[in-house]
Amino acid sequence: MITLGKAINMGLRRALTEDPKVLVMGEDVGKLGGVFRVTENLQSEFGEDRIIDTPLAESGILGTAIGLALRGYRPVCEIQFDGFVYPAFDQITSQLAKMHARSLGTLKLPVVVRIPYGGGIGAVEHHSESNETYFAHTAGLRVVTCSNPNDAYWMMQQAIQSDDPVIFFEPKRRYWDKAEVNEEAPSLGLHETRTVQEGSDLTLISYGPTVRTAIEVAAVCAKEGRSVEVMDLRTLSPLDLAPVFESAQKTGRVVILHEAPTFLGLGAEIASQITEECFYSLDAPVLRVGGFNVPYPPARLEEHYLPDLDRTLDAIDRAFAF
Amino acid sequence: MSELQLVQILSPEGELLTDPEYPLEISTEEIRALYRDLVMVRRFDVEATALQRQGELGLWAQSLGQEAAQVGSGRALIPGDYAFPTYREHGVAWAKGVPPEKLLGMYRGINHGGWDPRDNDFHLYTLVIGAQTLHATGYAMGIQRDKSNNAVIAYFGDGATSQGDVNEAFTYASVYHAPVVFFCQNNQWAISQPIESQTKVALYRRAAGFGFPGVRVDGNDVLAVLAVTRAALARARAGEGPTLIEAFTYRMGAHTTSDDPSRYRLAQELDEWKLKDPIARVKSYLTRNSLANEEFFAGIEKEAEAMASKLRSDIIDAEDPYVEAIFDYVYAEPHPILDAEKSAYINYLESFTEGEKK
Repeated sequence: MITLGKAINMGLRRALTEDPKVLVMGEDVGKLGGVFRVTENLQSEFGEDRIIDTPLAESGILGTAIGLALRGYRPVCEIQFDGFVYPAFDQITSQLAKMHARSLGTLKLPVVVRIPYGGGIGAVEHHSESNETYFAHTAGLRVVTCSNPNDAYWMMQQAIQSDDPVIFFEPKRRYWDKAEVNEEAPSLGLHETRTVQEGSDLTLISYGPTVRTAIEVAAVCAKEGRSVEVMDLRTLSPLDLAPVFESAQKTGRVVILHEAPTFLGLGAEIASQITEECFYSLDAPVLRVGGFNVPYPPARLEEHYLPDLDRTLDAIDRAFAF
Repeated sequence: MSELQLVQILSPEGELLTDPEYPLEISTEEIRALYRDLVMVRRFDVEATALQRQGELGLWAQSLGQEAAQVGSGRALIPGDYAFPTYREHGVAWAKGVPPEKLLGMYRGINHGGWDPRDNDFHLYTLVIGAQTLHATGYAMGIQRDKSNNAVIAYFGDGATSQGDVNEAFTYASVYHAPVVFFCQNNQWAISQPIESQTKVALYRRAAGFGFPGVRVDGNDVLAVLAVTRAALARARAGEGPTLIEAFTYRMGAHTTSDDPSRYRLAQELDEWKLKDPIARVKSYLTRNSLANEEFFAGIEKEAEAMASKLRSDIIDAEDPYVEAIFDYVYAEPHPILDAEKSAYINYLESFTEGEKK
């Protein structure tokens, strides 16, 4: 049994071992091993030239990573917390995302940006945000998130192998979740949605930190006689919705669960596409459960903000009420 | 180092000076070649400006007056040295061998940068002010890791020194001793804002605060720029880290063809700078010392006219991009959603053609 944080560490280590062009860079990633210890012991193993402790400047991390990528390296950047990515926003959205297109395909930018995201750890301001939509909305980026150690291990390696920039969101409150990791072979590609458990009455879609919530919801529903199919998106851009449509056509009811604010969140896009593709199969409108459209609240109020088991069950009740 | 330091080797009157700190070994043939570069680059810029006025380009950013800063620094580079330009570095592109017509593609709206940067080690023009200084620093960090003997040069303007990215680039390059030369063309104006609105100290002195040397050079003196840039590149190659060069020059034209400098600066200022013209002083030097005759100058004029004429026909004849190009280069690897969007739009377009056939 391995924690999700350790699984990412193992994925990084394997990528660093297999390809000498892979670098890890960010604030405190070297000697300290990162504030969440995700990069622990990498610097002692691979040296200061490959595991780079950077000055405290996020735009600088991304901007220099772009230059390193242009020189043939594959940098994996760490942004220490979700709310600190904004100083690097221009470098990510205007530079990194567009450079392949504006070079008419001649330049490749294999840069991975790791972002620990989401709330639930009682943190201070700017340390609990779910800002994946900004990046999913930007053409030229790929955006993924893992929900369990096995995916964390393999998706990190797959992201590093991608010749496109990948924003890799890590569910920080699940860093300590433990599960088995199969080091032999990945079960899925980087951009594939997983059906976590099958069901026949309702499809519950989630990703990242709320997948565990969704599994708990399905267990409660099972006791109430409702069979819930749980899906873990894994890939936020491009979305892999074919399995979602298939599930929606089977169950006729869909609830989408994520931590990010619902307004213009990924749930809105998914609901829209399900409506376009599965209109005649639906028995109820597609419902969303998510964060409120407010700044992330202080820690003593975050349990109200985070979509939990009860709020999800409430949405499921509403879906069945139609 | 006084506030008024200014490295100069060729005076505005064309008198050859010596600077003990920056000795320059250069043959007459090399000076004649630099003269040709300067004339060609100015003629290129004049033609592009005319093309914009005639509606063939949507916009043009003139390099008029900055030829010596660009040619002198560009000619200091050796093969494998990588340059990160802004959108005005036409003279550096010339020195690097980028085909001139390719620089016009983005200004005509054909593309966002129509050359392969790897062909000439000359990156695409960057429009977000200062962003490329970090790319240059990262590239230099790569050179360090490759243990290569090359260096990087990052171009930016006086206005860019107010940007966070430029200051972050200074910090990164300094602490990592990255082999990068920061080449700031202080052309005195950031659109309508004079240098006084960006800084309270001479820009080259900023470097001291970051822990590396800064030098101010007469940006209209191609020989001084060449000498100073060579020295900075040599320092970078020796593992001694970055240098900030402030090339003191003047934007003789507008910011771009959409700008109207008469609204914010005096014609008198322009007249004063005309006396320091970067091309006239080289011509004066060559003539005064009988190092070139009328035939030489006429030959270059003729060559410049031919280049301008070819530039004009090349860009007017340039094919518009095909529609699929919108989708084709966004990702390096397959992207099913973009593929679906592209084929749906192509089918939509074809539905009109089918109607016409009926």
